[in-house]
Amino acid sequence: MEKDLNKTNQVEISESQAQAGCASCPAHNAANLQKLGVDMENWDFVVALAGNPNTGKSTVFNALTGLHQHTGNWPGKTVTRAEGGFDYGENRYKLVDLPGTYSLLATSLDEEIARDFILFGQPDVTVVVVDAARLERNLNLVLQVLEITNRVVICLNLVDEAERHNISVDDRRLARDLGVPVVPTIARYDEGLEELLAAISEVASGKTQATPYHVKYTHPKLDQAVSKLVSQIKEAFPQVPNTRWVALRLLDGDERIIQAVEKGDLGELTYTVENLDGLGVDTVALKSGFRQ
Amino acid sequence: MNSSYEKIIKSARDLRWDIGGDFHEKIMESLYTDASRIADRAVTHPGDTPRFDLDRTIDRLVTSRIWGFPLMVLLLTAVFWLTISGANVPSGLLYSLLIDTVHPFLKSIFATLGIPWWIDGVLLDGAYLATAWVVAVMLPPMAIFFPLFTLLEDFGYLPRVAFNLDHIFRKAGAHGKQALSMTMGFGCNAAGVISTRIIDSPRERLIAIITNNFALCNGRWPTQILIATIFIGALAPAHLSGLISALAVVSIALLGVLLTFVVSWALSRTVLKGEVSTFNLELPPYRPPRILQTLYTSVIDRTLVVLWRAVIFALPAGVVLWVSANLLINGVSIAEYLVNFLNPFGLLLGLNGVILVAYIVAIPANEIVIPTILMLTVMVSGVTGVGEGSGVMFELESGLQTLELLTRGGWTLLTGINLMLFSLVHNPCSTTIYTIYKETGSIKWTTVASLLPVVMGIVIVFFTAQIWRLFTG
Repeated sequence: MEKDLNKTNQVEISESQAQAGCASCPAHNAANLQKLGVDMENWDFVVALAGNPNTGKSTVFNALTGLHQHTGNWPGKTVTRAEGGFDYGENRYKLVDLPGTYSLLATSLDEEIARDFILFGQPDVTVVVVDAARLERNLNLVLQVLEITNRVVICLNLVDEAERHNISVDDRRLARDLGVPVVPTIARYDEGLEELLAAISEVASGKTQATPYHVKYTHPKLDQAVSKLVSQIKEAFPQVPNTRWVALRLLDGDERIIQAVEKGDLGELTYTVENLDGLGVDTVALKSGFRQ
Repeated sequence: MNSSYEKIIKSARDLRWDIGGDFHEKIMESLYTDASRIADRAVTHPGDTPRFDLDRTIDRLVTSRIWGFPLMVLLLTAVFWLTISGANVPSGLLYSLLIDTVHPFLKSIFATLGIPWWIDGVLLDGAYLATAWVVAVMLPPMAIFFPLFTLLEDFGYLPRVAFNLDHIFRKAGAHGKQALSMTMGFGCNAAGVISTRIIDSPRERLIAIITNNFALCNGRWPTQILIATIFIGALAPAHLSGLISALAVVSIALLGVLLTFVVSWALSRTVLKGEVSTFNLELPPYRPPRILQTLYTSVIDRTLVVLWRAVIFALPAGVVLWVSANLLINGVSIAEYLVNFLNPFGLLLGLNGVILVAYIVAIPANEIVIPTILMLTVMVSGVTGVGEGSGVMFELESGLQTLELLTRGGWTLLTGINLMLFSLVHNPCSTTIYTIYKETGSIKWTTVASLLPVVMGIVIVFFTAQIWRLFTG
């Protein structure tokens, strides 16, 4: 009888030990994902969802926030930013679903909204959703995002569709080459989202320090030109992040960036997340679109 | 201008010159080279591609020059036929529950409590009946139409529609992506106007915004379906009437598409001249739709949201109608004054005063046009024995009864056809007008987008009426 009791005690102890161990493991936290819908007060981190059109950004957004942002199988469906929140581990996150864009050299209004947010909204983490079946084309955007920020997680989505087309992607090799975390997912069926959350929280909290790949520009004189411009921009606009990228855009003759520098409102493009609420960005971008 | 800003621009210009003209190409080249190298290392293609590529086979069919268009019309007809024939039974059930059972029950409670007749009238015969009518008539078709449409969207059919229509839009001097914003407009014009943001050129975007109203929205589908059922379906043998009604509705929708082309063409030749811009349209892979999720989201997010909007507008409209039908000046109600005043103009257009008053009442929401018309018809034509008395929005038990009532109110086949035409071509609803203003930021273009369709609608029904009368004597 006594023996039996001891046995039960032992079992209990080991169970609680196991629980203590679990609490520190990311897989345990993932099970504790709380979808907060539009309730996103007092967030600790802002996460942006970027990616080429029709790679499933809104599907990832819905899966994490529990919202029902309209999804549809056609490129260009999301034209405004949608925002929602979720709770993961000990932190609250605000998630921003951006319109799809092929590049950050924006031409249309929806692309501009996406670009302005990644560039000037300064999200804590930028998740680039990538179509595994069309990796090469999607990487063009990834490489451009890596120019701007190193707090990036790649969500390698639609791996089931790639498999149907007999394409398999080595996510570890990709992660090594890009220098940022890569998480394979099938967002439509909620697969891989726990790992994605873990990666997001590690980048947000600074546990993962990324050393992102930078495109090798083989052009002579370029480095010299960029560094000269960077120091001038830093002097005139001390609050602007990503000066290297701005310098490259100026050298490339990007009209919008040139205009912003001329008018001196390059600094004002540095939106704080607070004043991004509502239609702020949309109307600003829109009016400039019609002015042109 | 700040001198340090100028300095930056100037040194950027100098450096650009110094680097040489192929700078942009070099940057893009480096980007593409690196992307392709990294992708090559990560991607493996084991084995060869499958011999039969289902996606490509479907694409060849639905975007073929010969079959693309007929298949589109066929799909659209099938969707409406399912909607029309499927919505009848649940509509009838909802009607008998909300109006035959609950309404008398509430009336008897009010009577027992001794509540004054006018409070009873405003609340039960005005607000409650208007709302109940809108729910009974709109909920079933929407609950069938939206899931079907969303399934097509989820499957990946919409970009193929855009692909098929692209060359027509380009010939009309508009942007090919307008096909997508137009398709969104079939759901809701306000949503369609917002979706024009995918068009980058302001000129082509304005064309898309102004013409979006010609995409028949879900506030107008029920009107089209009902009038088609009672005026056109009734002419056909019983077993074909559902199909014929569906075809009539599809014709109106296609006429809307045609008007979109014509107006886009006219605008791009006159006030909005300019080059057509080119774009890449990516045809996404077909994806098996997730049936249950689609049902859930389209019922909860689309159907209930649209229904809620209709209810919000029907409630006060019911009150206004009841009051205007019961407030008498010299023994004649306000509503009757208005109807009689507009009647000569209405008849000239092949419509009547009742329809014009209904459209004024329904500016906030097109959904309540039909109930308003029926109520006013009863009042003006003095038909007795139907409905609950003056100022009550009611539903009739069958299409035939509605037909009888409308015929006694002086309606002909021409009135029915012209009502369908005018319902397609008139001013956008207030929500859409507000959205147009927000998107363009211009009062001028908002006015153009609001007034152009009304004027066109009046011209179209006027000429239809004249030609009709010429041939039928």
